Amino acid sequence: MDLIASLTVNGLATGMLIFLLAAGLTLIFGLMSVLNFAHGGLFIWGAYAGVWIYYVTNSFLLAIIVAIVTGLVLGLITERLIIRPVYGNHIQQILITLGFMLVLQELIKVAFGPDQKAVHPPAWLEGSFQMGDVILIKYRLFIIAIGFLLFLTIYLILKKTRIGLIVRAGVMDREMVQTLGINIRFVFMAVFMVGAALAALSGVLHAPYSGVIYAEMGLEFSILAFIVVVIGGMGSFTGSLFAAILVGLAQAFMAYYVPALSLAVNMLIMTVVLIFRPQGLFKVKG
Amino acid sequence: MSSLLKLSQVEAYIQQFHILHDINFEVPKGEVTVLLGRNGAGKTTTLRTIMGLNPVSKGSVVFKNEDISNLKPHLIANKGIGYVPEDQGIFGDLTVGENLRVAMKREDQETTERLDWILDLFPDLKKFWKKPGGQLSGGQKQMLAIARAYVNENDLLLIDEPSKGLAPIVVEKVMETILQMKEKTTILLVEQNFLMASKIGDRFYIIDDGQTVHNGLMGELKQDKALMKKYLGVS
Ligand SMILES: Nc1ncnc2c1ncn2[C@@H]1O[C@H](COP(=O)(O)OP(=O)(O)OP(=O)(O)O)[C@@H](O)[C@H]1O
Ligand SMILES: [Mg+2]
Repeated sequence: MDLIASLTVNGLATGMLIFLLAAGLTLIFGLMSVLNFAHGGLFIWGAYAGVWIYYVTNSFLLAIIVAIVTGLVLGLITERLIIRPVYGNHIQQILITLGFMLVLQELIKVAFGPDQKAVHPPAWLEGSFQMGDVILIKYRLFIIAIGFLLFLTIYLILKKTRIGLIVRAGVMDREMVQTLGINIRFVFMAVFMVGAALAALSGVLHAPYSGVIYAEMGLEFSILAFIVVVIGGMGSFTGSLFAAILVGLAQAFMAYYVPALSLAVNMLIMTVVLIFRPQGLFKVKG
Repeated sequence: MSSLLKLSQVEAYIQQFHILHDINFEVPKGEVTVLLGRNGAGKTTTLRTIMGLNPVSKGSVVFKNEDISNLKPHLIANKGIGYVPEDQGIFGDLTVGENLRVAMKREDQETTERLDWILDLFPDLKKFWKKPGGQLSGGQKQMLAIARAYVNENDLLLIDEPSKGLAPIVVEKVMETILQMKEKTTILLVEQNFLMASKIGDRFYIIDDGQTVHNGLMGELKQDKALMKKYLGVS
């Protein structure tokens, strides 16, 4: 029982981090049908920039803020310089964003050095609670809480505000939204920046969770984010949450029960979903 | 005659295909101008080109004395043109109310009054206010699309084949509404249903193979059986 509970908490925490990473990517794809393989680069830059500030100031809160700002700025640069010239051309998008991903990854080594870095949670998040037999690690609960709060906030924005409705409408029918007098390029830029900030936040939160960061995580997480977006249904925000949690839980349980499969499990889920529900778990209707 | 919209020698391509060759027409303020022509003649492409969804490769599109050719679609819309596309363009996952809210640039009293006015014409929209747009019937979708184009204070509405795929009784309803809207705004209508076109249209232009080949008052067209047969296949 305590084992199941602790694996579940593990899986949920991993899932929430994956969700933060994938949420922006799914909206970016849905809105402009842009394939962005540089998304993991924003994740890793968030992690490094945040951790650097954390080392210097010893403030984790400041680290989070710096990661978010890094994400917003890099998001703006990426959208303007990398994505904008290749709208509408998937092949070019894949090539240029993958290339940019590698550039971002190498620049990490230039800026912060090539070695991996160890990271610990801040003192106020270290340790655990005990409930009966179950030991709940504080930092994991913290991640779950943040992920859930952000999901709720963004969900309500998408559901209740006109801005949110415009984003959702844009995912369904970009052309129609423009003919209602809305500058879809501007909306997209804003969504791209927010998506990048979420990825960067995911990066900095992930650092103390995995205990170590290294530049190559960028590409790994770019691919993971894509897998999750495909599973959830490309363009579906709620779908990205479900898919991320599914992948998180599967990873946690597989790592314990069938360690040999734990690396392949994401691909397995994606394959099964693509066979039985090629549109993904959630489908956006135009 | 003061014309609100004027197309002169407009040409347009879709990818490498030359679709519009020579489109010329004017839409007088306060009237309903109808574009007629057989399937594939270029009616939809003409409306899309006015909206900026398709580039103008030659010629000019002048709206309220300003050349709007090749402006971005949202800028064209904000000059005061509402668009009801052929496929209605309803946001399927958004409710009826949300579809309208996306369109509403302001939520002031004037806009609310316009909304109330159009909802009174389409009580179904009020009834299904919280239903996702994707679940409406074809006729209800059409009504929603028209209402959505109407809620903002536009000077001109472009409506592409509102009768398409609708049962005769629903066509009747849509027609009545457009007749009522005619009192308040100028309309450029693409319509294949000749009965509907002749009842609400003031003036017509026939498009054939990407060219405007004929125009006149709607009343004249009804008399000219030879013309109708030649371009519209109506006998
Ligand atoms: N995406 C496209 N690619 C290539 N050709 C196209 C495309 N869209 C339309 N066309 C062509 O452009 C021509 C004009 O099409 P358009 O849709 O404007 O006709 P229409 O008069 O609206 O016809 P209908 O009455 O069937 O709606 C047609 O020959 C059509 O095949
Ligand atoms: Mg058409």
